[in-house]
Amino acid sequence: MDYFLQQCINGLTLGGVYALVALGYTMVYGIIALINFAHGEIFAGGGYMGVILLSYLASKGLMDAHPWFGLAFALILAMGYCAMLAMAVEKVAYRPLRRSSRLSVLLSALGMSIFLQNGYMLTQGVYDKAYPTAFTQGGFNLGDVRVSFMQVGILAVTTGLLILLNLLVYRTRIGKAMRATAQDKIMSALVGINADKVISITFAIGACLAAAAGILVGLYYGSVRYDMGFVPGIKAFAAAVLGGIGNITGAMIGGFLIGMVEILAAAYIPHGGEYKDVFAFVILIGVLYFMPTGIMGENVDDTRV
Amino acid sequence: MTRGFRKSWRNFALALAWFYVLLWPLLGIRDGELHFDKSFTVWLRVAAVATACFILYRLGRRGVFNPVLEPAGRLRDAVADRLHRAPRWMLLAPLLLFALAYPLVTNRYAQDVAINVLVYICLGLGLNVVVGLCGLLDLGYIAFYGVGAYTYALLSVHYAIPFWVCLPICALFAAMAGCIIGYPTLRMRGDYLAIVTLGFGEIVRLVLNNWMALTGGPNGILGIKPPGIYLPHFAGGSLSFEYLALRKLEYLYYIILLLAVGTIIAVHRINFSRVGRAFEAIREDETAAELMGVNTFRYKLLAYALGAIFGGLAGAFFAARMRFVSPESFTFIESAMVLSMVVLGGMGSIPGVILGALALVALPEMFRQFELYRMLAFGGAMALMMVVRPAGLWPAARLGKRSDDAG
Amino acid sequence: MNKVSAHYGHIRALRDVSLSVEEGEIVTIIGANGAGKSTTLMTICGIVPATAGEVRYLGRSIADIRADQLPAMGLCQVPEGRRIFPRLTIEENLDMGAFFRRDPDGVEADRNLVYRLFPVLFERRSQYGGTLSGGEQQMLAIARALMSRPKMLLLDEPSLGLSPMISQHIFRIVRNINEERGVTILLVEQNANIALKLADRAYVLETGRVVMEDTAARLRENPAIRKAYLGQ
Repeated sequence: MDYFLQQCINGLTLGGVYALVALGYTMVYGIIALINFAHGEIFAGGGYMGVILLSYLASKGLMDAHPWFGLAFALILAMGYCAMLAMAVEKVAYRPLRRSSRLSVLLSALGMSIFLQNGYMLTQGVYDKAYPTAFTQGGFNLGDVRVSFMQVGILAVTTGLLILLNLLVYRTRIGKAMRATAQDKIMSALVGINADKVISITFAIGACLAAAAGILVGLYYGSVRYDMGFVPGIKAFAAAVLGGIGNITGAMIGGFLIGMVEILAAAYIPHGGEYKDVFAFVILIGVLYFMPTGIMGENVDDTRV
Repeated sequence: MTRGFRKSWRNFALALAWFYVLLWPLLGIRDGELHFDKSFTVWLRVAAVATACFILYRLGRRGVFNPVLEPAGRLRDAVADRLHRAPRWMLLAPLLLFALAYPLVTNRYAQDVAINVLVYICLGLGLNVVVGLCGLLDLGYIAFYGVGAYTYALLSVHYAIPFWVCLPICALFAAMAGCIIGYPTLRMRGDYLAIVTLGFGEIVRLVLNNWMALTGGPNGILGIKPPGIYLPHFAGGSLSFEYLALRKLEYLYYIILLLAVGTIIAVHRINFSRVGRAFEAIREDETAAELMGVNTFRYKLLAYALGAIFGGLAGAFFAARMRFVSPESFTFIESAMVLSMVVLGGMGSIPGVILGALALVALPEMFRQFELYRMLAFGGAMALMMVVRPAGLWPAARLGKRSDDAG
Repeated sequence: MNKVSAHYGHIRALRDVSLSVEEGEIVTIIGANGAGKSTTLMTICGIVPATAGEVRYLGRSIADIRADQLPAMGLCQVPEGRRIFPRLTIEENLDMGAFFRRDPDGVEADRNLVYRLFPVLFERRSQYGGTLSGGEQQMLAIARALMSRPKMLLLDEPSLGLSPMISQHIFRIVRNINEERGVTILLVEQNANIALKLADRAYVLETGRVVMEDTAARLRENPAIRKAYLGQ
């Protein structure tokens, strides 16, 4: 039983990270019907910014004195960086293709994904880059189940961000504009919403969440790599589809589900650990085949002019 | 200076500044210090090139280059017209002669590159049937390449089955893989189809990587036999057959040339057959095709299978040539490369795909000193091409809009 | 003072359509299905680009103005098929109508007005737009447009798919808006009967061309119009 609970804790932690990244995919797809292949690289970008900033702060001694302040600082700057990166990608590679075929913009996204990945590789090196993780060690025991501080931290940050996102999307003016634009782009223009600005903001918000996820993952596993975005990106997209593409609550639930399934399958299915990446793909294919609108239903612009 | 002129320069300057802000943290925060030198030099070079391009673009818009471009355009149209009217064999014969004579006049390195080009031509044409002709966005095509390669590898190493006997077997297995991978995607929308095929490609790679018992995992399979032929040999008064293993690069070149030419002819015939018509109908508007009596299920499966066959054959050759296979060769990046050959060359167009293969294989070889930047340039070029010239380098004659397009 | 004058040639949908609307008027465009009426409104709003000619609003050309900047200038469209936001509540839909406004008191006042005009919207204000009936959706669409405090309202086939009683109710409200608040109305309608009773002037559109232009009263008497559009 304890083993099971332990795996559940692990699964929820991983699931939280997937949920953060999945939100970026689902919001972008909801508003412009694009699978943003480059989103995984935004996640990686967050991881890189985290390690760069935290290493710098560590070398200045700040991480010994005020580790949490340093972490918060790095988090905010990384979010800002990734938001700028995502908005740049949108402006350069997606906006000009707004009226082109689906294939064109998909390939453009692929191209940007490869471009960013290699950009990281060329500027930061091919090898893993280590995070200063001294301040995150340790944990506590709940009976026979070990919970590390890092896991609590990830769950706390994830929950906090998810709540903030919900407030943003459902209570603020800009959130309502995002939802309106996702439901009917033309009508939202007719009521005075500048679709381009809303789309940029959507990209930026998704990027902030992915950046946080990147830093959390970097701290948890201790290192980042230039290609750390590829596989988690696809899994996060699977989570978004599982929850219902375009549906924010769905993406949150989907993320946690995929995380749980991955950890539990790796723990309980023979050879599960070797094939753990496969489970998310299988779920993706299964969902698209049996239940394409996902668990909570889709939220896309299904109007025809 | 008009208002629009100043505005676009202001936007350009803003874009360059934005680029520097994004670039600096990656290059400038190192070893506990803030540096500005490296990032500035990189930025300066990029900014110089970008400004030059921007100026050229603005001048081009103003029409400054028209005195040169217009006659050049007319010349190109005239040449194209001439070529169109010339009989086919006049254009193909010299090409064929060149291809046949190629190994006699070039060194090993060039032959190696040529073999690569030909392999990718096979792959590109195979994918072209799926993506270009039928409109199915397959991002996991390399899986079929892998299936073909591993099939020959296993048959050769475990059962010593000769290459030429294996070829049809590899084709069969690849076709089966095509049907298996294609089946779940039959009812999916374009984007979802893409990511599902990507998933399948990854699944195949992961299975190849992890199923140690069958595939040797990441260590791959060694000791694959190269192709061989039996040569008739007269000794004394009797006829016997001597086995010759075709290890030399020239022989391999001719084999792949044969495969490539076969693929070109096959794809050309498919293009202009009833099957090809059905494929194009599905690409243009699936619902309408269905209503016209085209069994979209069967034809889509057929498209996957046909495309897979060409990939599988190329895979078998790859295994025979390298004498070693490992999952490393069948990553998603390879799929993306083949896809870009098809798209950049011109979807659905045979000369376009050939041109794409040439560009994406031969060009990097020519610019070997920039090896590091190869993938970076590739990614950037892909995005750029979509924005600037989505039809490709040599677009197919027929190019309509897809039914699931926006606008 | 001229509110809108538009003349444009458009390759497929509209050919040299010219019309103008004076302040405070109710002008209607009638015509058969596919005559190009909706395209006209979409072109005025800039959603569909005009290939020739120009659209002027309040005396200036709005060719280089984005569609989403028009509501702030007082020009608002209620498009065909109502197009309320299905997964937003009534209240949120109304908020969207006033999205660009920066005067919370004025918005509050308008919201109260709108709820007074359409009491059923007040009752169901927390319900999602997609769950409303056709008539309620139409009322919501018009109410949402009113939230922008428009100077000019473009209405595209408000009676489509609605029962005669509800249509009457809606058209009464439209007249009320025009008379009491001075909102200029450009109405596109297939139901020529109801449109010509409401409007001051009318244009008749046929396959993308304006074939007739006159006061509504005279068009009602016109025998050709009576035969073609009024079912007589």
